[in-house]
Amino acid sequence: MTKDALTNSLLYLNDVKVSFDGYKALRGLSLVLAKGEMRAIIGPNGAGKTTMMDCITGKTRPDEGDVYFGGSTDLTKLDEADIAELGIGRKFQKPTVFENHTVEDNILLALKAPRSAFATLFGKAAADQRVRIDAILKTIRLTDHRLRPAADLSHGQKQWLEIGMLLAQDPKLLLVDEPVAGMTDAETATTAELLREIARDHSVVVVEHDMHFVRELGVKVTVLHEGAVLAEGSLDAVSADPRVIEVYLGR
Amino acid sequence: MIAQTVLGKRGSIFLALCIAAAILVPVLTLKVAPNSALYMPPYVVALLGKYLCYALLALALDLVWGYCGILSLGHGAFFALGGYAMGMYLMRQIGARGTYANPDLPDFMVFLNWHSLPFTWWGFSSFFYACLMVVLVPGALAALFGWFAFRSRVTGVYLSIITQALTYALLLAFFRNDMGFGGNNGLTDFKDILGFNIQSDATRAALFSTSAIALALGYIVAAAVVTSKFGKVIVAIRDAESRTRFLGYRVEYYKLLVFTLSAAMAGVAGALYVPQVGIINPGEFAPANSIEAVIWVAVGGRGTLVGAALGAILVNFGKTYFTGAFPEYWLFGLGGLFVIVTLFLPKGILGLIDRMTARRKPQPPAEMPIAPEEQIAIPEGGR
Repeated sequence: MTKDALTNSLLYLNDVKVSFDGYKALRGLSLVLAKGEMRAIIGPNGAGKTTMMDCITGKTRPDEGDVYFGGSTDLTKLDEADIAELGIGRKFQKPTVFENHTVEDNILLALKAPRSAFATLFGKAAADQRVRIDAILKTIRLTDHRLRPAADLSHGQKQWLEIGMLLAQDPKLLLVDEPVAGMTDAETATTAELLREIARDHSVVVVEHDMHFVRELGVKVTVLHEGAVLAEGSLDAVSADPRVIEVYLGR
Repeated sequence: MIAQTVLGKRGSIFLALCIAAAILVPVLTLKVAPNSALYMPPYVVALLGKYLCYALLALALDLVWGYCGILSLGHGAFFALGGYAMGMYLMRQIGARGTYANPDLPDFMVFLNWHSLPFTWWGFSSFFYACLMVVLVPGALAALFGWFAFRSRVTGVYLSIITQALTYALLLAFFRNDMGFGGNNGLTDFKDILGFNIQSDATRAALFSTSAIALALGYIVAAAVVTSKFGKVIVAIRDAESRTRFLGYRVEYYKLLVFTLSAAMAGVAGALYVPQVGIINPGEFAPANSIEAVIWVAVGGRGTLVGAALGAILVNFGKTYFTGAFPEYWLFGLGGLFVIVTLFLPKGILGLIDRMTARRKPQPPAEMPIAPEEQIAIPEGGR
């Protein structure tokens, strides 16, 4: 890829390779995400979607290849906390909210604020925090549940809460892993609406199996297969690609 | 106002009880005539004082285990180190009154044919210096240990095992005479503390009151920590560590800070314990002691602070009674208690009280429930 592609990108992965005990999870994955773009990533199980997320968020270090954020920051040299601080937020496949904390406290913990241990021990809450929490709760449709422990929420509500926590971090890039797994159709539609709302002023990468949902998002799609990009383009274009059909249906 | 947000109703009662005990016990032992029914003999005062020290240790342990999910099976080490620091001060106070009447060296050093005081003992004639060491030595050890353990992301059972190894290593080290801490006899035969005879009833009463106040202060510190945003973060670490990391919190520093604070509190507990029992020896580093402390916290109610202190007092009261009445069966009783608590009272005695009051008036208890996946199996019993 050219130098231009790097400088204009928000996220730039070039020839990333990762192997675990000899198993090659990523074999030369390259991907460029422009600023402000929403991208859907699809691919069969074991295609390397989660490993790719791990490389971006610092959980896994690539054996080879480059991962750059904002055109200049080398993510392979940073750890999870640094990367979160940079403005990359991640939503996990399984909803992981803090079950023993209230909905409100979950958002509070995610809210952009000093993260050091001393700051949280002695610091005072900023005055505008309340306003921000209210706004986020409204966006994720959980205002009525703010004082309930997160453990009491339904599966779909937990997913939304987690998306809310991402929003609270005010990230430049949101990584969203299978947001609608296990959701009802109505919840899926609401989630698509929610993500489109968010994509208006954030860059988003959505990993998803649900084709119907991907269609509803209406964005550029990247198909992964065996740790590399198989096809890229609109959903209609990639679903017409014979290699994609082969991977999805040929087995 | 602060009392309401930081302490809650239960905490306020607990504090009131600590203060009442600090005032009442000296009155009962010093001012009441020995033939009165209300009279409290000095040995009971010392015993109760010991319980309060254990309660402070349990509080420290609950801070790391109950709130941050760090199951330390080596907290006895920090307790013992605090105890040794105080013991060294008390040894220096003996002066020339030892068996060998050497004004410069404690008896055991004369016996070992040493001619000068090792550097580790320098400064311990000063009470202030000793108090500083009571906090600094356990704190520094915890900080060093935590720096390596938490940065390498050692968690769960693995962390528990190395904390156990830590206290065991110290046990072996302190048994050695050339460590210069009295070998297997430890430090004993204390005479004075701050110029007061350590055996006198008034000193014992004062030590008891100091322990009660230390427990109250320890509780206030712990409650302030867990109700701050820092407290919310450590609970988040307990429940979903990697999630907390992805939010941008440096989990290792949070753990390091709470672990160090807890170790310093345990050191204070040990320092108050030693003058009341009159001896400190390497036996205090025994892994079994640390495990027993975990049981106190589990019995009282993990993640409740008040419960931990209560558990320590109740279990030790039971221990005093049982080891007197049926000495052979105490360990079975303790083991059985632990099995019962883990099977039937996962949230300890306070959890049971919460459940009973919740049944009477349908209102969710404010205490923090423990996520089921966090209830790690403990060597001995387990879940």
